Amino acid sequence: MKDAFGAPQSLLVLGGTSEIGLATARRLIAHRTRTVWLAGRPSPALEAAAEDLRHRGAYVQTVAFDALDTESHETVLGKIFTEGDIDMVLLAFGIPGDQERDEEEPLAAVRVAQTNYTGAVSAGLVCAGALQAQGHGSLVVLSSVAGERARRADFIYGSSKAGLDVFTQGLGDALHGTGVHVMVVRPGLVVPDSAAARGTGGPLATIPFTRTPLVTTPGAVADAIVTGLRRRSETVWVPGALRAVMSALRHVPRPLFRRLPV
Amino acid sequence: MSVDTVSLTGWGRTAPTTALRFRPRSYEEAAATVLGCGPRGSIARGLGRAHGDAAQNAGGSVLDMTALDRVRAIDAAAGLVVCDAGTTLHRLREVMLPLGWFLPVVPGGRYVTVGGAIGSDAHGDNHRAAGSFARHVTEFTLLTADGEVRTVHPGTPLFDATAGGLGLTGVILSATLRFRPVTTSLMAVDTQRADGLDDLLARMTRGGHRPYEYARIDLTARGRATGRAVLVTADHVPVHALPASARRTALALRPAPRRPGGLPFLSGLFGRLSASALNEIGYRSAPRSRTGELRSLAAFFHALDAAPHSNRVSPTGGRVHYAFLVGHGQEETLRRIVGRIARSRCPSFRAVLRRCGEGGPGWLSFPAPGWNLALDLPAGLPGLARFLDSLDEEVAAAGGRVSLTEDARLRPDALAAMYPRLPGFRALRAELDPTGAFRSDLSRRLSL
Repeated sequence: MKDAFGAPQSLLVLGGTSEIGLATARRLIAHRTRTVWLAGRPSPALEAAAEDLRHRGAYVQTVAFDALDTESHETVLGKIFTEGDIDMVLLAFGIPGDQERDEEEPLAAVRVAQTNYTGAVSAGLVCAGALQAQGHGSLVVLSSVAGERARRADFIYGSSKAGLDVFTQGLGDALHGTGVHVMVVRPGLVVPDSAAARGTGGPLATIPFTRTPLVTTPGAVADAIVTGLRRRSETVWVPGALRAVMSALRHVPRPLFRRLPV
Repeated sequence: MSVDTVSLTGWGRTAPTTALRFRPRSYEEAAATVLGCGPRGSIARGLGRAHGDAAQNAGGSVLDMTALDRVRAIDAAAGLVVCDAGTTLHRLREVMLPLGWFLPVVPGGRYVTVGGAIGSDAHGDNHRAAGSFARHVTEFTLLTADGEVRTVHPGTPLFDATAGGLGLTGVILSATLRFRPVTTSLMAVDTQRADGLDDLLARMTRGGHRPYEYARIDLTARGRATGRAVLVTADHVPVHALPASARRTALALRPAPRRPGGLPFLSGLFGRLSASALNEIGYRSAPRSRTGELRSLAAFFHALDAAPHSNRVSPTGGRVHYAFLVGHGQEETLRRIVGRIARSRCPSFRAVLRRCGEGGPGWLSFPAPGWNLALDLPAGLPGLARFLDSLDEEVAAAGGRVSLTEDARLRPDALAAMYPRLPGFRALRAELDPTGAFRSDLSRRLSL
C-alpha cells in the first residue's frame, strides 16, 4: 500500500533498463519500496539493473516483456499482478528513433510509433485494469515535451509521445474516482546525470538549450516523480519552468515557430 | 442494504482507495456481507474520524456501520447501555445525560461510533483516571469470519485482541457500556500557562486531583519558549456546588457556544506563518492562571466539532496525524522530539500533550503509562516522511509507540518493537480468520 506521502511499497517498471525508471526505483527504495518488478527485454543490462537494486535492499524480480509484442501483454503483466498488489506502475519504455533515418525508412518510423504509442496503450490498459481491480495504485507514464508541439527535428518521436500523452490524460479521467491515480510526466531534454554534472563542453555543446535550465537529468525527473506522488499530481513537467515555456510556445504561429532555434 | 463504490480516506484525507461500501441495516445483512466478500476481504468502518487508513479496504468491501445505530437497552440504575456498534457517542451522551450518566471516556470528537472507539481503544483527557474505552465495555458481540456472532467478555483473548484490534478480528455488532455518574452537565475548568516544556512537565507531574488534563503545546515556539503550552485541567461540577437557581437544570444538555474554538479548521489554508500566528494567539489569549471556570460539557470536550467537516479544508495532499507515546522516565526523549519539531519549523497547528495512566488489556491498544503527544502536519511538507521516520526511531528506542489508528505512514519493520504483543495478535487472527476475510489498507501496509 502507498503511505500518506504516496510512497509505494511495490513497484513495477515497464522498461526495466530505462535510466529514469531506475533512478525513480532507487529513490523509492530509499523510502518504502520493498518489491520491484523490472519488465523489459531480457538482457545483461536488465540483470545488472536488478542486481544494483537488490544491493539497495529491495526484493527484485525481472520479467521478459516486449512492448512490440502487444498480444503477450495481458498474460505477462497479468501474472505479475496475481503475485500481489502493485502500488505503482511506471511506464518508462520508449525509443527516440533517429529522425533522419526514420524519414527515409518508414518501417523504422513505424517501429518508433509502435513502441512508444501502440505498445504503451496496450500495456497501459492492461495495468489500468489490474490497478482498478485492486482499488488503489498509481500509473505513472513518461511522456515528453516533444509531444506538446511538433518540431522539425523530432516529429516522428514527438507524434508518438503526443498520442501517448493524450491517451494517458484520457485514461486518468476515465479512472478518476476508482482509486487509481494516473500521472503524466513531461520531461524536457534529458541528458545523463554524468554529462549534466560535467556541464558544458563535449558532444552536448552541439545540442541547443544544453546550457539553459530547460535541460533535465534522469535524477531530476525521478525526484519530480516522487514529489508528484506525494502531491497526487496529474501532470508533472520537469523542470517545472517548462510548463510556462511550453504554454507560450504552444501559441507561437507556425511561420514563426519554424524559424525558432528549438 | 445500499451498496455503492466509493473512494475512501481517513480523516487526514491522505492515500484514497476505492472499495465497495455496504451499509448493513441488520446483523444478518452484516453477516451476509462478510460471508460474501471477495478475495480482498472486508473491514468495518464507522464515521471515519481516525486519520489513517485503518477503515479503508482497497478493492474489497467496507461495511459502513452507521446505519446500525439503535440504543437497545438502558439500565438507568446501574448506568449500563446496550447499543449497536454504529451508535455515536454523541447520541449516547444525549440519551444518558438527563439520566445522570456521562461517557466514561471522551475521545477528541463526539462523532465517533462505539465500534470505532472499541476497535481503536480510544482514550481521552482522563486516561490516567479512567483508562481507555475498552475498560468500560462489559461485553460486546463480534461477527467473526465464519459468519458466527460471538459474545465476548473482558479477560478473554478475543476481547484483548479486538480492543484496539483495528477491526481485524471481526465486526463488532453491539456492545454493553458502563457509564459514569454525574450530577451536572458542567465542567469546572482550570487553565494555566507554562512558559516552556520543563515548566509544563513540572506542572503536569506535580499534578492535582483533577481527572481531566491536557496541554495544548505551541510547537512553533523556539528557543527558550520551546514547548510552551496552555495546561487545562477539569472535573465535573457536583450539583451542590451550583447556586440553588441553577440546580433545577443541572443536567440540561447545553449546546456548545459559538466560540473561536472552531478556528483550527482554518489551519488547512495556511502554512508556517499562520501556524505561528494561531499558536501565538492561542497561547496569549489563554489566561495566565484561572481556576473554577464553568463550561458546558460540549464546550469543554467538543470544541473541535464546532466545524463539522473541518478536515475538508485540508492542505494539498491532506494531513498527517502523528500520535506517539513514550514512557515515564523518558522525558529526555520527549524533550528532544519537541525540540526537533520546533527547530524543523513544521507548521503544527494543534498539538496536544497528555499523560496516560495504566494501559488496557488490548494487544494492539495504544495507551500505556507515559507521555502522549499528538500533532497534525500537512502531508505535503517536503522531507516530512524522513523526518517522521527519524522520530519513529527515537520513539522506538525509548520503548514508546506510535498510534496505529491514526497512522498512515509507519515503516512496517518499526512495528514489532512498538507492539510486543503483535505475534500473539497475528496468531489469533491466523486461527480465527485463516482466509483473511478481514483486511484493511492498514493491515496490508503493515502486514498486521
